Amino acid sequence: MAEPVLRLSGISKRFGPVIANEAISLELRRGELLALLGENGAGKTTLMSILFGHYTADAGHIEVEGRPLPPGRPRAAIDAGIGMVHQHFSLADNLTVLENVMTGSEPVWRLRSNRGPARRKLMAIAERFGLRVDPGRRVGDLSVGEQQRVEILKALYNDARILILDEPTAVLTGREAETLYATLRMMAQEGLSLIFISHKLREVMAAADRIVVLRGGRSVAERAPADTSRSDLAELMVGRRIARPQRAPATPGAPVVEARGVSARHAGGTDLHAIDFTLHAGETLGIVGVAGNGQTALARLANGLLAPYRGRLTILGRAVRRPDVGALVRAGVGRIPEDRTREGVIGEFALWENAVLERIDLARFSRRGIVNRAAARRFTQEIIDAFDVRGGGPDHRASLLSGGNMQKLILGRNMIEGPRLLIAAQPTRGLDEGAIAAIHTRLLEARAAGAAVLLISEDLDEVIGLADRIHAIAGGRMSPPVAAEAADARRLGLMMAGDWDEERAADAH
Amino acid sequence: MRIEQRTHRPRALFLLAPVLAVLAALAISGGLIALTGASVLDAYGHILAGALGTRLAITETLTRATPLILTGLAAAVAFRARLWNIGGEGQFFIGAIAVAAVGAELTAGLPAALAIPVLLVVGALGGMVLMVTALGLRLRFNVDEVVTTLLLNFVAILFVSMMIEGPFKDPMAFGWPQSVPVADNATLPRLIERSRLHVGLVIAIALAVAIYLLQARTVFGMRSKAAGFNAPAAAFAGVPLGRTLMMVACLSGGLAGLAGAVQVLGVRGYVTTDLSPGFGYSGIVIAMLANLNPIGVVAAAVFAAVMFIGADGMSRAVGIPSYIADVTVALSLLTMLVALFFTQYRIRR
Amino acid sequence: MDALWILASTGLWDAVLRIATPLIFGTLGALLCERAGVLNLGIEGIMTFGAMIGWLTVFSGGGLWTGLLVAALCGALFGLLHAALTVPLGLSQHVTGLGITLFAAALSYYIFRLVVPLEASPPTIEAFRPVEIPILAEIPFLGEVIANQTAPTYLALALVAVMGWVLFRTPLGLAIRMTGENPHSAEAQGVNPLVVRTACVMAGSALMGVGGAFLTMSAFNSFFPTMVQGRGWICIALVVFASWRPGWALFGAVLFATFDAYQLRLQSALENTVPYQLFLMAPYLAAIVALAFMARKARVPQALMRPYRRGER
Repeated sequence: MAEPVLRLSGISKRFGPVIANEAISLELRRGELLALLGENGAGKTTLMSILFGHYTADAGHIEVEGRPLPPGRPRAAIDAGIGMVHQHFSLADNLTVLENVMTGSEPVWRLRSNRGPARRKLMAIAERFGLRVDPGRRVGDLSVGEQQRVEILKALYNDARILILDEPTAVLTGREAETLYATLRMMAQEGLSLIFISHKLREVMAAADRIVVLRGGRSVAERAPADTSRSDLAELMVGRRIARPQRAPATPGAPVVEARGVSARHAGGTDLHAIDFTLHAGETLGIVGVAGNGQTALARLANGLLAPYRGRLTILGRAVRRPDVGALVRAGVGRIPEDRTREGVIGEFALWENAVLERIDLARFSRRGIVNRAAARRFTQEIIDAFDVRGGGPDHRASLLSGGNMQKLILGRNMIEGPRLLIAAQPTRGLDEGAIAAIHTRLLEARAAGAAVLLISEDLDEVIGLADRIHAIAGGRMSPPVAAEAADARRLGLMMAGDWDEERAADAH
Repeated sequence: MRIEQRTHRPRALFLLAPVLAVLAALAISGGLIALTGASVLDAYGHILAGALGTRLAITETLTRATPLILTGLAAAVAFRARLWNIGGEGQFFIGAIAVAAVGAELTAGLPAALAIPVLLVVGALGGMVLMVTALGLRLRFNVDEVVTTLLLNFVAILFVSMMIEGPFKDPMAFGWPQSVPVADNATLPRLIERSRLHVGLVIAIALAVAIYLLQARTVFGMRSKAAGFNAPAAAFAGVPLGRTLMMVACLSGGLAGLAGAVQVLGVRGYVTTDLSPGFGYSGIVIAMLANLNPIGVVAAAVFAAVMFIGADGMSRAVGIPSYIADVTVALSLLTMLVALFFTQYRIRR
Repeated sequence: MDALWILASTGLWDAVLRIATPLIFGTLGALLCERAGVLNLGIEGIMTFGAMIGWLTVFSGGGLWTGLLVAALCGALFGLLHAALTVPLGLSQHVTGLGITLFAAALSYYIFRLVVPLEASPPTIEAFRPVEIPILAEIPFLGEVIANQTAPTYLALALVAVMGWVLFRTPLGLAIRMTGENPHSAEAQGVNPLVVRTACVMAGSALMGVGGAFLTMSAFNSFFPTMVQGRGWICIALVVFASWRPGWALFGAVLFATFDAYQLRLQSALENTVPYQLFLMAPYLAAIVALAFMARKARVPQALMRPYRRGER
């Protein structure tokens, strides 16, 4: 067995009352690809941030190649040969690839940057690991996959021998992810040691040499992929067996949303090009896709924040010609935003204000411009009771809620009165298994009550579990629908890469 | 060292913050007074006596507080919606000159009950126009309103200067650049005999209460706050951001313009370029000291007025430049920011 | 005809660089702060203080260069105050900056009045004299314009080049730009964004102080309240106009100064047929128009006005 290059012993870290890491010990061996598996909030990212010096641990110490690593200094970690690839890339869009890579690599007081040698070194590394990218280009102009390459190159440029990747496939297509893991394996063979953080069982099983499972800030198990199974890992990760609810057969009714050749422009995002789909009452239509392929524009269309410039979009019998949130809310559209903390709640507002803001125009909640606060508070209390929102009464500030409770509040305000159409964009992103199961139950209930549900999600298992029919979205175009029964991860993966035509051709053979 | 958000924000802390901020500002200013060799307590004693010592002093202080309440409200409503109106000074002057333009002749024949409301509205409209211009530039061209409102302050004052040396110049003023006085029927009634205190104070306080209710109880108030706290979430909830900001801009500019109108109709009777000793800028400090609460604005405006009026008397008695009042008021803005920070965060090792 | 004739006079162009100098200092200062991600609206007050303290230093017996140095140091101190509040504490850069401006201006007037009681007319000092650059001055027209300025003007021109070099050619400049674009990334690569921001705000504010001092020590020879007259705000507008590039900042400042110098001369040429206030208004309106043209095109540093806290996104 190869010698350990990295040893973490007894790492503990608290944030106020919250225990993020509790006496975690970990070893990484040379040439190894180690997976750190755990749910959101299990402490994976905190642990790696401590390793990289973003945080200082309350207890415990770190050794790199037998030498102790001084805590709390990213520069010390870099000098010790640790490189980190962040989930949200830490790149500067307005600077070039070379500038992004070079930052911090030269003595600050040098009177002139040595760009020539730097460029040659970068090109050599890129060549060696097959991470080709043009050093002179502005990072903001690169694709997501290329940006990740830059992020990895940045670490390698600093002579990293230990590479940490935080959820590296979160924004990649299935194919890009496969390429990435091939690259990582090659790096391991070249003698690098790698840790990747993930909550995706499939990837962990396929790629890792060894798997360490974190739960509630503790290291709870260590497995080799050969000696374990996905269900075993799932149970270790969650701590108990949580079954996601099962879908009953649908009884579709009349069309609720119809899109015919709809094109829409989304400033700062991906535009939609001539998409077609139909959503009926009493069914769930799933839209899968890799982040940034037009989901945001689609959700904005359905939520009344955007109007098509070409084609016909009908929602609940009315053609959408201009953005009008109020009309949709009055018509009975429930809207679950993509980004809870950014768009879903206003942290400084009380729960009751958050509950009624989008329906404040209804006669129940305001008359002649004066808010009926008593009615709003009652409405909020009903949501709190029915949806089990924990963290305070109607007058508490929303920023005090946990992510799961925020989502319950959002779900509650949209569902308590039985919506006719429910737009759920990434409804479980970043939640733990318990909360996910609760939200899935609610979505199924809405469908059973006759609502049409538009589910836009990056989580394949979620879409396969909930949707009756599934479209893939790629590059702002939409695939034809497939029935949920005919969909599996492999097929959806191909569709998400935009290959639905090839897919159909393959089926024909 | 780490900065952490407080999960619990005690109410007492919010009330304590401005008090501590003012005390800290007074302490630092005290240092500046002490440097000259004068007695700090003596100086502050003179300030208090000068501002609150006699009946006349109190009426003078409240007279000074009146425009400050209005400019403070102007800043508070704008800041609440994250609209950075730093142009209170310019809007004040445009409001004032608009009143002078209309009040000298056009409304001269009207009864006071009609002339005064008309002129107040005219003043408010004047301020509105300037602020709406700045917001229009932001919505249309993406120009930060901080810089435009600041620059427009200078434009506005030059415009006033042009008017009072040109078309509105008072021929009876022995060549001094000042506007023709507004007609007597338009002068704001006095609140107390033999003082300069006028109805403007009542109007300002009533507006503070009205704006408090507007923000706390109305759909518009809720929407403008939503736009300020979290614009993406407000947009998602269907708040028309542009229209809401436009209304806030009208309200904010209108209040600053009204301050100018009130100062002309209540105190001066005519316009000069020194009509405002920085009322618009002080309004920003006052709004922040009040933590943007309209009722708090009244208290903060009185504090600023005490400093300004008191410093004049103190300066004559002790010989410390009266600019010490400006120093204290400016410092209290900075100390208030720090105090507010500690109501929201704590520092942990 | 007169209106065009003014453009050909060396007097105009001689004045242009004199008018541009405080703007160059101020714009470079604001640009440096913003490149690191901090908006510094303290500029107007810092320039006022620089003008006062520079004058006061010379008035109380200090040398001219000592005066400039003191103005720079005081500017840096106000910068430190701004940085202390906006960088580690992450307070609103808008409101803090305005607070600094109000405080610095009020303090300048307070100190000025302590030294010069109200009655006296403002005392004057012996200001910087023009220095002729030997060979350049021989060039007809251009020589008279460029090579016959006071020393601080040459310093300002040199600083443009230095600032450009530092920002775009040195590791330090890269660290500064990275901090202004993405402080998380800077931190991850071993650059401490808090240190970079604090240092840039201090250095930038020092330049603002020097810009103010130029007014009392070269353009005029005495101090009077409100003499800065919104020059600081114009610098803030010029930074946007220059799209955060030092070379363009120089171009913007000179363009602006040309405009200003031209209106001054046009004003006297037209002799009261047009209200002089219209001419005085022109620079402010021009700044607004320039902003309206450039604001959409400008490539704003992505982290400008975003406070950075460790581990927070």
